[in-house]
Amino acid sequence: MDFGGINPVTLIATLMVTSVPILLAALGEAVVERSGVLNLGVEGMMILGAIGGFITAVQTGSPVLGFLGGALAGAVLSAIFALLTQVFLANQVATGLALTLFGLGVSSLAGQGYNGIKPPATGKVPFGPLADIPVLGPILFGHDWVVYFSLAMVAAIWWVLRSTRAGLILRAVGENHDAAHALGYRVNRIRLLAILFGGAMAGMGGAYVSLVRVPQWTDGITAGAGWIALAIVVFASWRPWRVLIGAYLFGGISVLQLNLQAAGSAIPVEYLSMAPYLITILVLVVISSGKGKAATGAPAELGHNFHASR
Amino acid sequence: MLRLEKRPNPSRFWLYATPVVAVLLTMIAGGLLFAAMGKNPFEVIRTIFWDPIFGQFAFYLRGQLLVKAGPLILIAIGLALGFRAGIWNIGAEGQYIIGAICAAAVGLAAYPTESRWIFPAMVIAGAFGGWAWAMIPAILKTRFNTNEILVSLMLVYVAETIVAKAATGFLKNPEGMGFPGSRNLSTFPATANPELFAGSGLHWGGVTALVMAILAWVLLSRHILGFQIRLAGQAPRAARFNGVNPNRLVMLCMGASGALAGLAGMFEVTGPAGQITIDFGTGYGFTAIIVAFLGRLNPLGIVLAGFIMALTYVGGEMASTNLGLPDAAIQVFQGMLLFFLLGVDMLTNYRIRLRAAGTTVKGAL
Amino acid sequence: MLLEGLTKAYPGVVANSDVSFGIGEGEIHALLGENGAGKSTLVKMIYGLVKPDVGRMVLRGQPYVPAKPAEARRLGVAMVFQHFSLFEALTVAENVALGMETPPPMRELAARIRSVSEEYGLPLDPGRMVGDLSAGERQRVEIIRCLLQDPKLLIMDEPTSVLTPQEVEILFRTLRQLRAEGTSILYISHKLEEIRALCDEATILRRGRVVGTCTPRERTAREMAELMVGATLGTPTRSPRPKGQVALGVSDLSVASPIAFGTPLRGVSFTVAAGEVLGIAGVAGNGQDELLLALSGELRAPGDRVRLNDHAIGDLGPAERRRAGLVSAPEDRYGHAAAPDMSLTENALLTAAIRRKLTRHGFIDWAKTRAFAEEIIADYDVRTPGPGTAARALSGGNLQKFLMGRELLQDADAIVINQPTWGVDAAAAASIRQKILDCAATGAAVVVISQDLDELLEIADSFAVLNEGRMTKPRPTQGLTMDEIGMMMGGAHGMEVAHHAEA
Repeated sequence: MDFGGINPVTLIATLMVTSVPILLAALGEAVVERSGVLNLGVEGMMILGAIGGFITAVQTGSPVLGFLGGALAGAVLSAIFALLTQVFLANQVATGLALTLFGLGVSSLAGQGYNGIKPPATGKVPFGPLADIPVLGPILFGHDWVVYFSLAMVAAIWWVLRSTRAGLILRAVGENHDAAHALGYRVNRIRLLAILFGGAMAGMGGAYVSLVRVPQWTDGITAGAGWIALAIVVFASWRPWRVLIGAYLFGGISVLQLNLQAAGSAIPVEYLSMAPYLITILVLVVISSGKGKAATGAPAELGHNFHASR
Repeated sequence: MLRLEKRPNPSRFWLYATPVVAVLLTMIAGGLLFAAMGKNPFEVIRTIFWDPIFGQFAFYLRGQLLVKAGPLILIAIGLALGFRAGIWNIGAEGQYIIGAICAAAVGLAAYPTESRWIFPAMVIAGAFGGWAWAMIPAILKTRFNTNEILVSLMLVYVAETIVAKAATGFLKNPEGMGFPGSRNLSTFPATANPELFAGSGLHWGGVTALVMAILAWVLLSRHILGFQIRLAGQAPRAARFNGVNPNRLVMLCMGASGALAGLAGMFEVTGPAGQITIDFGTGYGFTAIIVAFLGRLNPLGIVLAGFIMALTYVGGEMASTNLGLPDAAIQVFQGMLLFFLLGVDMLTNYRIRLRAAGTTVKGAL
Repeated sequence: MLLEGLTKAYPGVVANSDVSFGIGEGEIHALLGENGAGKSTLVKMIYGLVKPDVGRMVLRGQPYVPAKPAEARRLGVAMVFQHFSLFEALTVAENVALGMETPPPMRELAARIRSVSEEYGLPLDPGRMVGDLSAGERQRVEIIRCLLQDPKLLIMDEPTSVLTPQEVEILFRTLRQLRAEGTSILYISHKLEEIRALCDEATILRRGRVVGTCTPRERTAREMAELMVGATLGTPTRSPRPKGQVALGVSDLSVASPIAFGTPLRGVSFTVAAGEVLGIAGVAGNGQDELLLALSGELRAPGDRVRLNDHAIGDLGPAERRRAGLVSAPEDRYGHAAAPDMSLTENALLTAAIRRKLTRHGFIDWAKTRAFAEEIIADYDVRTPGPGTAARALSGGNLQKFLMGRELLQDADAIVINQPTWGVDAAAAASIRQKILDCAATGAAVVVISQDLDELLEIADSFAVLNEGRMTKPRPTQGLTMDEIGMMMGGAHGMEVAHHAEA
């Protein structure tokens, strides 16, 4: 079952793990953008989540608390974004960039003294003999809880957006904030909650990088994953199941690329490590070409600040 | 309760006062941060903001200020043109790197020839490299409506891989005894970008930055093209009504900012850096975003902002060697500056009112 | 419903001062006033969006203090907005659900929407995307959203501005049916004939104060108008003039709409002679914006589809068309015709740079530009501290006067205007209409696109209608009847299948 030294079952099982950080972050950002807010600070929130989660896990010895710590760190940073854009009405693009620059700095500052430490391991969920089933076992029953959590979140967010009143209100605010305000909905408050949720998801995704994927702390550990998550939201037309597809597609490419490097492929290492970024660009081009804003499904108010006049 | 109220007219006072307030607030918050890290906040702030200009080693550090401020200003001016038009090139770091690689490649190809035409050719190559790298997101944006923010940023990571490849591969010094890195361009007269006056820190990059600042200022305030750039950023539909072609504007602003970033890379690789190394990109392209906003996207303001940001670099290095302040603390400090700037920025267009029960009281601001 | 002494002040303006009146059960009560008279602030207080500074409200004998719209809705107050509070990318049913406190599950809601829409003769498919609906249908969504909550008081803010005359009739029938069922209706409008036809009582607001109450049936429209404006009104004067050569010609012009949920133009043809005013009527969203864009040059077409003085200009951009002698004024003042955050001087430069020669080799002559802005301010009586003021600081009427002046003072051969007096008070509107007529008298060909039929009948020499992107053949305005105009406007949209419940 090997193709050029790559086992497809292992590939799928590995890509499910590899994709978790961008999946979580992109899901969170999809919710934020559905409410009409463009938070470009995903990379910053992820890396702060990565160090926040790492420190919490190392100090408490509990990986679960580590993930909560990561989520909290991401949410705290997103609270700054919410304050600036929802209260002080700052430009969302600029504030998002600031968030990333600030997050990179803070994480590097906070991470001093944590280089070279191993975090407590996040174990696989014990499915007993189920994990030994050939092919399906490693793919379906061979992961840690965060992998299942991320999948559950896809379904949960899809359901909330589609079928609940909260989801309807969130979409309404992202489509036309003036109308939502006229009907009596608190636009900025709803957006604030969405932003905090997005921050927590990004932070948790970051924590997965430092606690499971790598697992250790180095400066700049997220290496652009936050930006890729943003691209996946566009790719997915703001829909949760498509976010899953995008994240897994991307995870697959990353894993394949690493496997090719390991297998000693003829393609130079540098060009392989460029591949995820180039493919992201390619995908963005394919998705955005030939369509207007309405056709891509972008929320109409994306990136616009709301201020109730009179 | 505090309430924001839109001003009918933007406040001229706050237009100029916000950067000052932001710097002061950053000093306070940064001081608290340094205190929390067990440093004497006053000493750190003095080391960063005072010593490089007036301290014991100011004769040397003042020159360093110009060395750091040059590329920041050059890049920020290009970015500001785009930001004014609502075109978000945030991949200046990549354009800076590619500009440097192109310039170095031209210089190294000519090695060891001596000709006074080599340096100008490198200038053109640097500008071209940055321009071409910025054209990728620009063309994708105009042809396929692809988000320029994400593409230009992705290309930074690609550029970083390329520069690593250049330093260890195609531009590697054949006499470097296997160490990564190109030949040192600053040691060859034909390719060097030396200090114009000994100890001043001023090289051709600094001169170019100042000239570009003046040109950009004239463009924005006196020329119809500058008016169209501002119009496109503030009211895109009004710009189309005016007759602005949005695609042309994207190509123009992205191209200009790319070329300026490439130039900055060129002057850096031939001067202060001297060679292409694996970690040639030091973040000027990102810090320049802060500089552009701190300068209120105004070319003359950007010159000032460039020097303030250079202070945090030079002073930060001092604080790092003398007081043991981690480098990352400076990065946090710069990030904070941008936060405070964006936060107080709304005072230009809004006023804060204190609202007590039933009555409206004019607030302190 | 009883209002007593309601007062609301904003910094610098008193929006409402000591407003008191009552609305009886099963009464249609008109609230009459010009733009800026304080109608919308009053309504927002009733609907819980704004809190009054002083005064109290009583609903069916109970003190009524709504903290937010949700509470107002719970207490039986519903509102149909002037600019619809609808979400284009959501379905009809989802839009209705958003306006309800405790909506039933979607399937049940859809069934109720169907039954209510049949009961009141307002056909509507709950599964359709609101963005695909016509303006009249969108209003039905709002009305049904209100009706589903069984309101005691229904507020309607300028409901007929988006309807064809036939659709107005259908709406009135629905409202009368509601009145018969005991619902009170607060009907806000400045269209006096409608109020006379529909309303039982009227309260007239001027500058935030109640200046009179009356029974509309017993008053003439002119009497009410003078109460509303507080002065006697003059009608614009026009000097009879010979028709000149054809200046602007459009033939078989078709363009796709660049606007989300917009209407494409389908084979529009007309000619306008020098000195002639062509009025183009139609309900909003039938291609008016697209026509303006196609004429201003923001949308391009094959060259010979638009001709100016017999030169093909269809493939030229806005700047080249201005140079050729065609200027235009879009409807949306804040963001399209003007940049709100820029000064009046800069906004003068926006369209006049070419014809008024405000630049030399691309460099802007700011002194000359400021002088031009000052000229507009003086000629068009724009109330502002000076040309350095930001456009957003001007009231709608003042900014419109400035923008009209900017285009009309460019000595163009052809002028295209979309909604010249939308949201402008009566005095300013009259002066704008006069200026348009003056311009035509000096030999300009003028196209006025408007949803205000009275306005078009007053100033247009010939009259045409845009309906779903198609334009009728222009006819002389003189001798047209309201019924003919209604038929030109396409009658009632989607009502062919409507069977008004004749129970």
